[in-house]
Amino acid sequence: MLGTYYTFPELLLWIPLVTGIIIFFIKSPKAVKNFALFSSVATLVVSIISLCYTDFVHHPEYATYNNVSYVWLPYIGSSFSVGMDGMGFLLTFLTAFSFPLVFAATYKREYPNANVYYGLMLLVQAGLMGVFVAMDALVFYFFWELALIPMYFLCSRWGGEFRIRVTFKFFIYTFVSSLLMLIGIMFVYLHTPPVTALSEHSFYIKSFYSATLDASQQNMVFWLFFAAFAVKMPIFPFHSWQPDLYEQSSDSTVMVLSGIMVKMGIFGMLRWLLPIFPEAVEKNDTIILVMCIIGILYASIIALSQTDLKRIVAWSSIAHIGLMGAGIFARNNTSLQGVMLEMLNHGINIIALWIVVDIIEKKTGIRKISELGGLATKSSTLTTFFIIIVLANIGLPLTNGFVGEFLMFTGLFEYNKWMAVFACISIILSATYMLNMVQKVFFGNTNSITENVGSISGGQKFTLSVIVAAIIILGIYPGPVLHLTQDTVTDILQKFK
Amino acid sequence: MNAILISALWGVVMMFGGVFFKKTSTPKYWAIAGIIILLAGNMLEFFGTQIFKIDTKGMLRFDNFGLLFNTIAFACTLLFFLLNGRDIEKVGENGSEYFALIFFILCGVSISSSFNTLLMLFLGIEIMSIPSYILTGSDKRNLKSNEASLKYFLMGAFSTGLMLMGIALIYGGNSLGSFYINMIELGTGPMPVMIAAGLVLLVVSMSFKVSAAPFHFWAPDVYDGAPTVFTSFMATIVKIAGFIAFIRLFKVSFGIIQQQWQMLIVLITAATLLIGNLTAVFQQSVKRMLAYSSIAHAGFMMFALFALNDTAQEGLLLYAVSYSVATIGMFAVLVKMNDYTIEGFNGLYKTNPVLAGTATIFLLSLTGIPLTAGFTAKFYMLLAAVKDGHQVWLVILAVICAAISAVYYFRVIQAMYFKEPAAGANNVMPVRSSFKYLLVIAAAIIIIVGILPSLVVDWLYY
Repeated sequence: MLGTYYTFPELLLWIPLVTGIIIFFIKSPKAVKNFALFSSVATLVVSIISLCYTDFVHHPEYATYNNVSYVWLPYIGSSFSVGMDGMGFLLTFLTAFSFPLVFAATYKREYPNANVYYGLMLLVQAGLMGVFVAMDALVFYFFWELALIPMYFLCSRWGGEFRIRVTFKFFIYTFVSSLLMLIGIMFVYLHTPPVTALSEHSFYIKSFYSATLDASQQNMVFWLFFAAFAVKMPIFPFHSWQPDLYEQSSDSTVMVLSGIMVKMGIFGMLRWLLPIFPEAVEKNDTIILVMCIIGILYASIIALSQTDLKRIVAWSSIAHIGLMGAGIFARNNTSLQGVMLEMLNHGINIIALWIVVDIIEKKTGIRKISELGGLATKSSTLTTFFIIIVLANIGLPLTNGFVGEFLMFTGLFEYNKWMAVFACISIILSATYMLNMVQKVFFGNTNSITENVGSISGGQKFTLSVIVAAIIILGIYPGPVLHLTQDTVTDILQKFK
Repeated sequence: MNAILISALWGVVMMFGGVFFKKTSTPKYWAIAGIIILLAGNMLEFFGTQIFKIDTKGMLRFDNFGLLFNTIAFACTLLFFLLNGRDIEKVGENGSEYFALIFFILCGVSISSSFNTLLMLFLGIEIMSIPSYILTGSDKRNLKSNEASLKYFLMGAFSTGLMLMGIALIYGGNSLGSFYINMIELGTGPMPVMIAAGLVLLVVSMSFKVSAAPFHFWAPDVYDGAPTVFTSFMATIVKIAGFIAFIRLFKVSFGIIQQQWQMLIVLITAATLLIGNLTAVFQQSVKRMLAYSSIAHAGFMMFALFALNDTAQEGLLLYAVSYSVATIGMFAVLVKMNDYTIEGFNGLYKTNPVLAGTATIFLLSLTGIPLTAGFTAKFYMLLAAVKDGHQVWLVILAVICAAISAVYYFRVIQAMYFKEPAAGANNVMPVRSSFKYLLVIAAAIIIIVGILPSLVVDWLYY
């Protein structure tokens, strides 16, 4: 059964895809919501079951449950290959875990054309799953773009006043950069050894890893790939689409966008960039690390001066992503493990932040921190949750943020002391703007706007407790995650000898 | 051979039928029947059955590539007749003759896809062009249509002259005294001067026919002035047939000295991509925007000529399918609109979701988004160019142009989905449900070919 007729990556891909298409034809908004929630929970269940089959070393047959390949375009050497390794498990789990949370947190919201909204959301989920399980460069590219198109419609249709313009900027940025990656894919493809007799070259990931590119070719193609991933993350000079889009998008879209979609860029670097172009990475790592560290400090400083809740979270996200980028290019075991863990942590934490920001905005109608105040007296549950989330975001010990950031800083320190010192300034800055936000929003005196704020709903309470539980568990016992991703990290590091 | 004769005969039948047909809707059914017979005849030949056995002394050579292209062209014409049959009737009083002219064009298409001498090339191109001049001017009382027709005719006649001149020079520079394209004497080392001059003239005249820059000036005005239904036909099938002839000529006759003329093609390609895409951005009318975008797509199809390898041939066939179906579909939607400006599309999603949904798929395909045929076509073209390996900057330019094309295609999508329809006015004419089903089928073709391009490409190696 398992492994012969179906495999986990396929299930993770097809469940959201098929339910996403079905949902377009459901009329009643209530049924749509329940069906979407049901679908996302089903995906989560599959993902959790798949986590029981990760031990390939002791059970070689588990590998067949998680890898599958179908003939697709034999004459150009592309097959529909999907599979999961440690990093794949981690990110598919993050995707599967986030969607039910997002749906539950926004369960009370009424979207116009709910069927289209939830259908597109599930298609985004399918696209993301595809990116995380693709084992063929062409399949990877397909899903890379496919995640973008429903996202484009989601952000343009539902959101703030300037959403169309802002989303289009995002679309053009990512479209140009991913087309550049496409040229890179073609170029590497033409230097790969064949896998079957039908074609001279192959798009299979292992062939890409063994492509014969000399140093100057690597250096050129490296930047083509880097552009796509750097725009998606986004790393410092490519970030200008991000704050505007986060501000203008509607609540659940931005959760998916910042929680999971940016991980596509980080994932792409770890899965494709580092193993294919080790020489180019070694040559260019300093300049990219400098870019990342400038990005961390720049974003933190801008976050300090922001007054809009959404923009503070957006800029703090750029700072965190910059740190992850630095962790990737420091490329030692500690920093890469830190990046792996932080991908999960950042996904959970930022979704939590958006949920709270959304609750505040829905209850008061404003996002300016100077106009809010005294919410602690009105809703102590929300305050407790929010403070834990903020502390996790700053990276305080016993929260998940601490472990990931600690590993990344240690790894960066191993690579270069001074870079680590500069990057560490961001911890202080992040504590400043985050705590400033907490202080202004939750403490102080209530005013006419915050006076009538009530407590939060059951669905929101449930979602936030799940997240807070995850924050604390991952903060105290991150071992299983690190164990899961160790193989992937070892594989990546083997290329750098 | 089957296709050439059937299309010519059916053209004559349709022309005389105009005298006998009583009802205005009769020609349409005859035309649809004819195109199905034509398609069947071509398929028979593809599978090895020749109905007519005529010795052409090797002046025509039927290979899989040409026959497969014929099949695509005829199938697209069938789709065009089914979608636009009623609109063709509405253009003027002589419905039957419009269909007859289209059959003559198809005859020219079949010759252009199978010529083996320069004379047949000339015949094929001219048989395609002359009915196109007439179709452009078929809206007799519309001055814009008249102007477009005259412009097209004058410019077309000029480029035909250049082509003849080129053919004459190549014939004269050829000691074998032969028009056969596979027997042109190229010598070793640099080309003889007369051949080189002939080659340049052929490049110029063929670039004119496929509206590649800097010989594209006629295209926007002609496509804009012609009745919209015929623009749809001319911008797709006629143009791609031009490309098939172009690549056939240059692959067979000048393929081995490609290094010597490749730079010329590189410059034309780059200019076409830039001019087509940059000008399309500034258009307010969707019809004119599609006219410029057809120039931009000509730039992408020029990659087949630049690379001239197997992947390029496969890519050109995929481009023929994706571009024709998407453009015919998009024009079919456009014909039903009351207002051809982009604002005319505002809120189409609310007033007619099927039209908006299928138009979105057509536009996404034209942009080249994965999962649509447009992506696979562009992918094969770019792959062919990267494989050639000479001018990677050209590929990067093409990619940037593809991104620019997203700007104008997505403007229509934005209008359809995210803008409110103008109050009171209805932006779309009433459409039959069969029309909607056909559009859905066309969109399905786009997606199926997008997922499984081998459905088209594999026939090349049948």
